[in-house]
Amino acid sequence: MSSLPSNLESNLESNLGSDPSQLPKGTPLIRAKGLIKRYGAFEAVSGIDFEVRKGESFGFLGPNGAGKSSTMRIIAATSQRTGGEITILGKDPDLHGPEIRAHLGVVPQTDNLDTQITVEENLYIYGRYFGLSRTFIRKKIEELLEFAQLEEKRDTKVEALSGGMKRRLTIARSLVSEPEILMLDEPTTGLDPQARHILWDRLFRLKELGVTLLITTHYMDEAEQLCDRLIVMDKGKIMAEASPQELIRIYSTKEVLEVRFGSERNQALSDQLTTLCERIEVLPDRILMYGEDGEGILEQVYKKGLHPMTSLVRRSSLEDVFLRLTGRSLVD
Amino acid sequence: MAMTRSENERVGSLRLVNIKRISRQGAFSVTEARIRNMWKFFWVIAFEALANPMLYLVSVGIGIGALVDQNLGSQGIGGVPYLTFIAPALLATTAIGGAMDEVVFPSLDGFKWQKTYFAMNSTPLSPRQIATGVFLAAIVRTIFAVTCYWLLLYLFGALDSPRAWLAIPVAILAGAGFGALMLGFVSFVDNEDLFLTVINRLVIMPMFLFSGTFYPLSTMPLFLQPIGWISPLWHATELGRFLTYDYELATPLLFVHVGVMFALIVGGLAWAFKNFERRLAK
Repeated sequence: MSSLPSNLESNLESNLGSDPSQLPKGTPLIRAKGLIKRYGAFEAVSGIDFEVRKGESFGFLGPNGAGKSSTMRIIAATSQRTGGEITILGKDPDLHGPEIRAHLGVVPQTDNLDTQITVEENLYIYGRYFGLSRTFIRKKIEELLEFAQLEEKRDTKVEALSGGMKRRLTIARSLVSEPEILMLDEPTTGLDPQARHILWDRLFRLKELGVTLLITTHYMDEAEQLCDRLIVMDKGKIMAEASPQELIRIYSTKEVLEVRFGSERNQALSDQLTTLCERIEVLPDRILMYGEDGEGILEQVYKKGLHPMTSLVRRSSLEDVFLRLTGRSLVD
Repeated sequence: MAMTRSENERVGSLRLVNIKRISRQGAFSVTEARIRNMWKFFWVIAFEALANPMLYLVSVGIGIGALVDQNLGSQGIGGVPYLTFIAPALLATTAIGGAMDEVVFPSLDGFKWQKTYFAMNSTPLSPRQIATGVFLAAIVRTIFAVTCYWLLLYLFGALDSPRAWLAIPVAILAGAGFGALMLGFVSFVDNEDLFLTVINRLVIMPMFLFSGTFYPLSTMPLFLQPIGWISPLWHATELGRFLTYDYELATPLLFVHVGVMFALIVGGLAWAFKNFERRLAK
C-alpha cells in the first residue's frame, strides 16, 4: 500500500464524506434501533436493536423463520425496513443504497452465479459491477482463484461445477471489491468438512485484515469458531446477545451429562434424576443433565442404583444454548 | 495456504470503489455481462436471426411472391415486386424477435431461475441500471440480427431501392420499442410459464399475421385492422415501406408511426423500472 494513485484517495474522500481517515477498529459500522420488517400481515423482524463494530465478526443465530435473512437483506441495502432506524457506514440504506452496497460483499444463501459463463468471467463481471478497472480485476482474479482453489476451473462454465465449487466461487466473488463488510448467509451449508475448514481459515484471515464479518448460520460449531459476538433470534426477536462463551456461561452449565436408559424408561426416571443436577431435559432417546461436574453427576446416578445403557460427559456447547432459547420443536 | 501477496496489500473498497463513476456508467457493466453471455450462444443467435426469417423469405417471399407478381403484376401492392413489399416487414420481425429473446430469457433467469439480477443488485448497481443494461444489450443483439438479415435480403435481390438501407434503423427502432414493452411485461409477471405461452400464442403470432406483413392491412375487414394499429410491427412496416420505396404515407401518419415506437420505448422502460425496483426490493 506504499504508493497509491491519487484517484484512490479521492474515492476514499467521497466514500466517507468529510473525514477521509481510515475507520479505526471498534467504530460502529452498523447501528439498528427498533428495526421492523413486515411482509403484509406477517412480522418477520419485530423491533430489534444491535450494533456491529468494525473488525468484529458478528453472528445471527436462529431457527428457520427467525428473521435472520430479513435482517441481512435490510443491512445489504436491498430490502426496505418497515419501521425503526438503521445506519450502515453511517448512512441510511433507504436513501443511500448504492453507496452502502459499494462496501459490502454479499454471499447469499443460494448461489446466484451466472451459470452460462465461465468461472473467470463471473469474477470479472462482478468486479465490473463495482466499477473496478479491468487491470485491477485481472490481477484480483488470480488471487481469488487461488483463494477458492479453482485455478484449474477458470475456463469452465459455471453450470459444470460441483455444488461445493459454486459455493467457493460465490464467496470468492464477494471479495472482488475488497469489501469493508462481508455478509455471509449460511456460508458453509452444502460444503464438505474439508471445504468448511478451509473457508473458516480464510474468513479468519480476512478478519485479521480488518474486514467486518456478518454471518448467519445453523451450525453452532461454526458460530463458536467464527463469531466474536452473536445474537440468537427467534420469531423476529432477539433472545440473547453475547459472545459464544458468555452465552454458554449464562444460559447453560459448564458440562452436560447425557444418559440413555431406553426410550420407555427415560421419562419414568426423570423424577429421580432431577435433584442431581442444575437442570434436566428429557428427550425421547436420552436425558440431558446440566451441571458443573458431569462425572460427579454420573457417580451420583450410579449411587442411586441406576445403570444407564450409555453415558457421555461433554462440555456444554452453543447448541445447548440455542435449543434452550429457541426450543426443540421443528420450525419450517 | 499461505496468504497471498495481494491479500496483504489489501486496499479496501473505501479506496477502490468510485461510486460516482458507477452511478454514471453502471448500466454498461450489465450490458457487458449480457454480451459475454450472448457470445456463448453466438451460433444460436445467428441461426435464429437468419433461419426463421429465411424460411419466410423463401416460402412466402419467393413462393407466394411469384403468384402475386404473376397475377396482379405489381398492382396489388403498390407497384413494387412482392419481395420489396415484404422485406421491411421481415426485417422488423427479425428485430422484434431478437429484442424479445434478449429481454425475456435473461429476465426469467435474473428474477427466477438463477436469480442473477439479485446478484447484480447486491452491488452498487440500482434496479434501473440493471434494467437499462439488459435493454441496451437487447439493442446490440437487434442491431446484429437486423444487419445480418438485411445483407441476406440484399443477396436475394429484395432490396432494389437506393434507400433500402433506411429499413435498418426503422427495424432497430421497432425492436427497441417492443423490447422495452416486453421488459416491462416480463418483469411484471411472476408466472413465467403463463407468460411464455400467452405471449407466443396470443401476441407474437397474431401480430405477425395481422400487421400487414404479407399484404396491405387495408385488405383485411375493418374489425380485424385494429390488431395492426396496436402492433409495433405494423408501425415499423409502414414506416419501412415509406422509407425504402415510394409507398404513400400521409405526413400525420408518419409522425404517428415514429411516435408510437418512441412512446413504447419510454413507456416500456418506465414500467420496467418500476417492476425491477419492486421485485428486487423483496
